[in-house]
Amino acid sequence: MAEYKKYSNRLGITGWLAGGRWGIERYLYSLHRITGLGILLYFILHIFVTSSRVFSMDAWEKWMGFFGSPIFKFGEFLVFVAFAFHAVNGIRLFLIELGFAVGKAEEPIYPYKSSLNTQRPLMVVLMIVAIVLIAAGGYEFLGLTH
Amino acid sequence: MAKKIHKETDIVFHIRRYNPELDSKPLWKKYTVHVEPGMTVLDGLHQIRETQDASLSLRYSCRMGVCGSCGMLLNGRPSLACNTQILDITTKVLTVASLPNFDIIKDLVPDLTPLFEKHISTSPHIVRNDADEMLNPTGEFYQTPEELTRYLQFTYCIKCGLCMSACPTLATDPEYIGSQALPQAYRYNVDTRDDGFNLRKKIVGSTHGVFRCHYAGECSNVCPKGVDPARAIQLMKRELVLDYLKLKKHRAKSHICSKPEGVERIPEIPEAPPFTVEQK
Repeated sequence: MAEYKKYSNRLGITGWLAGGRWGIERYLYSLHRITGLGILLYFILHIFVTSSRVFSMDAWEKWMGFFGSPIFKFGEFLVFVAFAFHAVNGIRLFLIELGFAVGKAEEPIYPYKSSLNTQRPLMVVLMIVAIVLIAAGGYEFLGLTH
Repeated sequence: MAKKIHKETDIVFHIRRYNPELDSKPLWKKYTVHVEPGMTVLDGLHQIRETQDASLSLRYSCRMGVCGSCGMLLNGRPSLACNTQILDITTKVLTVASLPNFDIIKDLVPDLTPLFEKHISTSPHIVRNDADEMLNPTGEFYQTPEELTRYLQFTYCIKCGLCMSACPTLATDPEYIGSQALPQAYRYNVDTRDDGFNLRKKIVGSTHGVFRCHYAGECSNVCPKGVDPARAIQLMKRELVLDYLKLKKHRAKSHICSKPEGVERIPEIPEAPPFTVEQK
């Protein structure tokens, strides 16, 4: 086949983020990846900060003082939000990727119903669970218990 | 979705143009089209070509949602231009661009070569252990309606590429086999006439195979034929996991129907034509 000039039209990372007329599951997909990266970043920082105790008590207390400010308290809450969503949505994906809640193949009759419709009750229930967890976490993390 | 209107109106088409001989990157151009109820996007593009700009390139063939040639990004959603009515998706402005995740050859013409290469890589045909029966068939294979239903949905694929252009995984992993080819592999894996599971699992279970899918579900949303690629991919993951754990049930294979006895061939029915491909 003759070679000809083409323009690369790959969406790249914008494919996760760019808004289109997409369904809710696609936004959950993007959020799952973003929260996963956020948790990974927190994990690296966490290892770095807690390892400061190896060097000296002063270094440990310096870092603890630095991260004790309200802005980091709120950041900690955001990490919990990411964790709660990622864990609950992960359960949904685990079940779906093992073939549960997606239904069996069926003759497509217009207007088409897909496995997205089949799994939606599971998605709704688990998102409610995530919201409840986040609300409970907010109550604790943001100091509303005191 | 825009509120549907039922009267003639002017719609502004924003079309993403790209001429490989002149442009270094795509440019947006505007065209105003007088739209009547029932007009499809393909009709609108033809009107532009006939009355405003004959240089606009697009690919189409059947004009009735069967051939899968006219896939485009319409107002941010991969759709077939021939079965999308303009007034169903806009009342003022319509953006038209080439399908994402495929290189642009010119204007609205994507290069679908990767789709076909990936499709072929999954051996999308009946693979049998008894080669003799394939080359010199002695009868038809028996299959129940239930066995047919297991794969029938996935046979409706028209290879338009909408699912692959909507896939966010393919947006960042060009090697991902994708939502067109993987369901086709599943379609043959669950066919009771097929013995190709072990052949295909090397491809579909690879690093860029089914386990790269995390159920964004957009392939199923945009599919114009109701194929539901997301379902096929998840069901195939289960097959692969069960196979890995050695828990996969061996289903009964189709057997060859015996030829009817005591019946004579009707003389008017001609013999099958000779092979058109050289037999090995």
